[in-house]
Amino acid sequence: MGKILIIAQILDGQVKKSTNSAVTFAARLASFLGTTYSIMALGDNLDAQTGDLIRLGADKVLTAESQGLDQAIAEHWSPIIEYVVRNGPYKFIVGPSSSTGKDTLPRLSYRLEAGMASDVVGVSFESGKVNYVRPMYAGNVNATVQIVTDIEVVSVRQTAFDAFEPVEKISPVEKVHVPLPPEVLGRIKFDGFEKSISERPDLTEANVVVSGGRGLKSTENFKLIEALADLLGGAVGATRSAVDAGYINNDFQVGQTGKIVAPDLYIAVGLSGAVQHVAGMKSSKVIVAINKDEEAPIFQVSDYGLVADLFKAVPQMTQEIKKVTG
Amino acid sequence: MKILVPMKRVLDPDNVNKVKASEDGTKVSSEGLEWKPNPFDEYAVEAALRLLEEADRGKMRGEVIVASIGPDEAIRQVLWCLAMGADRGIMVEGCDEQLDATVVARTLARLVEKEAPGLVLMGKQTVDGETNQTAQLLAEILGWPQATFAGRIEAPPDLSQAKVTREVDGGSAIVTVKFPAVISVDVRIVTPEGVKNNVTPADSLKKDGPRYASLPGIMKAKKKPVDRYTLEGLKVDMTQRVKTISFSLPPVRKAGVIVDTVEELVQKLKGEARVI
Repeated sequence: MGKILIIAQILDGQVKKSTNSAVTFAARLASFLGTTYSIMALGDNLDAQTGDLIRLGADKVLTAESQGLDQAIAEHWSPIIEYVVRNGPYKFIVGPSSSTGKDTLPRLSYRLEAGMASDVVGVSFESGKVNYVRPMYAGNVNATVQIVTDIEVVSVRQTAFDAFEPVEKISPVEKVHVPLPPEVLGRIKFDGFEKSISERPDLTEANVVVSGGRGLKSTENFKLIEALADLLGGAVGATRSAVDAGYINNDFQVGQTGKIVAPDLYIAVGLSGAVQHVAGMKSSKVIVAINKDEEAPIFQVSDYGLVADLFKAVPQMTQEIKKVTG
Repeated sequence: MKILVPMKRVLDPDNVNKVKASEDGTKVSSEGLEWKPNPFDEYAVEAALRLLEEADRGKMRGEVIVASIGPDEAIRQVLWCLAMGADRGIMVEGCDEQLDATVVARTLARLVEKEAPGLVLMGKQTVDGETNQTAQLLAEILGWPQATFAGRIEAPPDLSQAKVTREVDGGSAIVTVKFPAVISVDVRIVTPEGVKNNVTPADSLKKDGPRYASLPGIMKAKKKPVDRYTLEGLKVDMTQRVKTISFSLPPVRKAGVIVDTVEELVQKLKGEARVI
């Protein structure tokens, strides 16, 4: 039985939790198949991240380090991963459906003559085949799919699999050196990265998310949301229309085509609950909605709804939480 | 320069919560729902037009070709894109059951061989299948560079390359791709600053969002050429790599309670839900 290779997600020097979710998925797959998994990381210098990766239960951790690999250019990553897969041999390639995973894994899959299941939320094993469950139509339908090629490529939705907890046992590390094929050089040039600045926890990793919609009416008013988020140690999110209106940067968009989140507590403020937004947050454990329109569809998916003017209710809520939590 | 824009028709994205899996799980039911161009593909049409048009003179520095794989009726969505201003259409007869992302990408690669565009500009994903694979697969098949999730495209006057601002986790990655290339677009591409072609004067402000098809546009569209192909005729390798076994309904979230006051809400969050 072929082994599983997980492609780690590293951002801003950190191993992202989406990697741990991919490991949980891979561990389940490995137990179905009676096989093991390895983890591969690509970057400029991975000394700092290797320490985290060796505690994720892998049979080995493979690191490919060379200048510019931290830019995560799909054309550069694909041949390097392909080489590792072909020499593994690995039969299952798994990565988070982060922007890097979405960008790279399809390109890689074609190099491997493999089919790919995107954004997988469930997995089962039936008469020798793996069934993958993946959402379609903004989460209104789940499809069960099988990949019918020799190698299978899967991107994993972070919110569907708990983060793998680090273990005592340490995986051995192997450095891989794969020169880039000359034809992929020169077609694409990296010009830089503009970081979206936030002191708050990452949207996809936070336990609490407070999101605002068009009802906030301005960038200035988003401070109300931020104050509540900060009090709860949470992240700030937004709807597409709030982003389009320029109230907040697009990196904070929650929804079908933005970030998919599933925190313990999601507070939806001044947003109606368009199907595209709900697709990005409906797996949250507890959902609170504050909206002055009692007909707003967001109330149909919320556990606690408050029909109120957000400009009064949100500051009041911040005060009240301070009071009860001391 | 020719720009090829692949476009899929999808069920009305704003009413997608009415899409259901059939009870036996063999199909998706879409009764009473309208078909629309996939929104991201419509943004790609808009971006292609902005990239090629000369400001204020209504002239184009090339040709925008819209290609769709689908049933005959998908001609309506192709016509919509032609009415927006695209120059030509291509229809390839096919249905979802025959297609997976790989078959779609192979088909598009055949059209690229025929048309030799300098750029394929497409939506980053469809809002029905949501695989987010086709642009990347196509780029690999063609051996072209890819810039996915573009929120901004800037091209020099000779249209030999583009500087693309990609919307990615943690911020924006900026890359320059040499043409021919595949670029997939995100929603921000249709903001007023989304596309700069260096012919457009700095003070010429584009509108927000994709343009509507005007009445004269609709009349003109009917006269624009649409080439028709079949998958067999294009000699597409139709071996699927991913097979759909069944469809099912995900668990539905039930509405909870409406509370009357902020105090009550906070009490419930602390005492009942235990999340603060």
